[in-house]
Amino acid sequence: MNPVTYIAAADVTGALASLYAGVDANSTPSKPIAGGTNLLDLMKERVMHPQQLVDINALPLDAITAAPDGGLRLGATARNADTAYHPLVQAQYPVLTAAILAGASPQIRNMASNGGNLLQRTRCHYFYDATVPCNKRAPGTGCSAIGGLTRQHAILGASDQCIATHPSDMCVALAALDAVVHVRSNAGERQIAFADFHRLPGEHPEQDTTLAAGELITHIDLPPAQQFAAHSAYLKFRDRASYAFALVSVAAMLDVGEDGMVRDARLVLGSVAHKPWRVPAAEAVLIGRQVDAVAFAEAADVLLAGARGQGQNDFKITMAHRAVVRALTQAVEGTHDNTHEHTDAFSSDSLDQEPT
Amino acid sequence: MNAPISVPLAPAAPAAPVATYPVSLTINGRQHDFQVEAWVTLLDLLRERAGLTGSKKGCDHGQCGACTVLVGGRRINACLTLAVMQNGKEITTVEGLAQGDQLHPLQQAFIDHDAFQCGYCTSGQLCSGVGLMNENRARGADGACTRAEVRELMSGNVCRCGAYPGIVAAVTEVMGMTSPDDTDRAFLPGTVPA
Repeated sequence: MNPVTYIAAADVTGALASLYAGVDANSTPSKPIAGGTNLLDLMKERVMHPQQLVDINALPLDAITAAPDGGLRLGATARNADTAYHPLVQAQYPVLTAAILAGASPQIRNMASNGGNLLQRTRCHYFYDATVPCNKRAPGTGCSAIGGLTRQHAILGASDQCIATHPSDMCVALAALDAVVHVRSNAGERQIAFADFHRLPGEHPEQDTTLAAGELITHIDLPPAQQFAAHSAYLKFRDRASYAFALVSVAAMLDVGEDGMVRDARLVLGSVAHKPWRVPAAEAVLIGRQVDAVAFAEAADVLLAGARGQGQNDFKITMAHRAVVRALTQAVEGTHDNTHEHTDAFSSDSLDQEPT
Repeated sequence: MNAPISVPLAPAAPAAPVATYPVSLTINGRQHDFQVEAWVTLLDLLRERAGLTGSKKGCDHGQCGACTVLVGGRRINACLTLAVMQNGKEITTVEGLAQGDQLHPLQQAFIDHDAFQCGYCTSGQLCSGVGLMNENRARGADGACTRAEVRELMSGNVCRCGAYPGIVAAVTEVMGMTSPDDTDRAFLPGTVPA
């Protein structure tokens, strides 16, 4: 780890002042630290080397509170575990509970913050290896992943500069839930729609997000989503049964009417692109249709349109297609939030059941 | 034979003063005060400054769980947090689990169930198991914890000797799970190995 100084911010204004001091002098960038589970690891690997860490754990940003409109506000420094197991999250946003609990380990979920989850960096091996070229770590040096070991890499939205994927499970669910990221800087406050928060690599893979220097995430707002709570699933495929990053993951949410017709749908893929991969046209395929495997496969076709493998990860295209169909099938059957093996709702309906 | 070459030493640059920070921790019930650099991890502080070497440095990247300690009763990886960030907190390491000569029930259960071979992961496994019970997350759909849940919620601790059956047996016994309900089948429809 590089020599670094530390300051514990007492409030948001103080944190912004400390962060902004780093912005002014580009040679001494400051980074906020909450859980630190990714930042400190990257500092140990000499991938990131901030000169100052601004500890934001004393800021009053750790609450999870119900919003007047029926939504929920997730504090930026609330821990991933506390978010996943929060009664309101489990009841109203089970897909978020499921996604968080599918990721990392209990130890890391106890430490990692919600804001930090959004800002975690790719787990591309070449990004982590500071001895090889990487456009994300050292812009302009080239991409070592292209033509290299690409099992975990992107099949959608990649560029000739970078084929890294965003590793988060939580963010896949937040994308499906139409979350809104609230940020503050010395210039004031602004809101960023979740779809606009992470970006595709393009010519600037060093920029993971649209967050500007000196901006601090304060909270993440979830609009009401109770219409989906009975039919949601987060399905994750990985190389071992637990504690591994996804090869492919899917957040699927359905609002199914009494007549068995889909009123609304949300469908997002994880670990296939530089950001959670959501295509509104794929969701539109499902609306007004009966829930069946044909409709699900059509939605998967649209979601995966233009997918291109790198050789070693070609399997992800087939896997993602099947995962979409399977996750939607699970969502029809009920909701499970990954806190137990099965919930009662999981066996209450069935895809095979004839619509009444 | 080459003549020895005399290279004049460059005058040493005056070392910039290194900033240090006060850190007060209650470790295993005792108050400790340190003055450390910002980049000292909690794990390095425990092992090298407090002399508590029970917490192990396995990977130093949060992947193995050997450094697991309890902060306010909850499990964390001591390698992935800075000591200075934990200022004022209450830390429990494996050295703090026993009461004098009386082993913690989980320590006794590890012995009874042969839950370790080389022992390197054991202190992390013990703290993780105690944290699992403290956190009370393994409750099952009907309120009854299952063996599969324990396996999932202990997955942040790797054992390369493969003592997992003994570890799960020890943890579930101390949690009061009497019936070996299920076996070692994988957990959860939402988490499928590829």
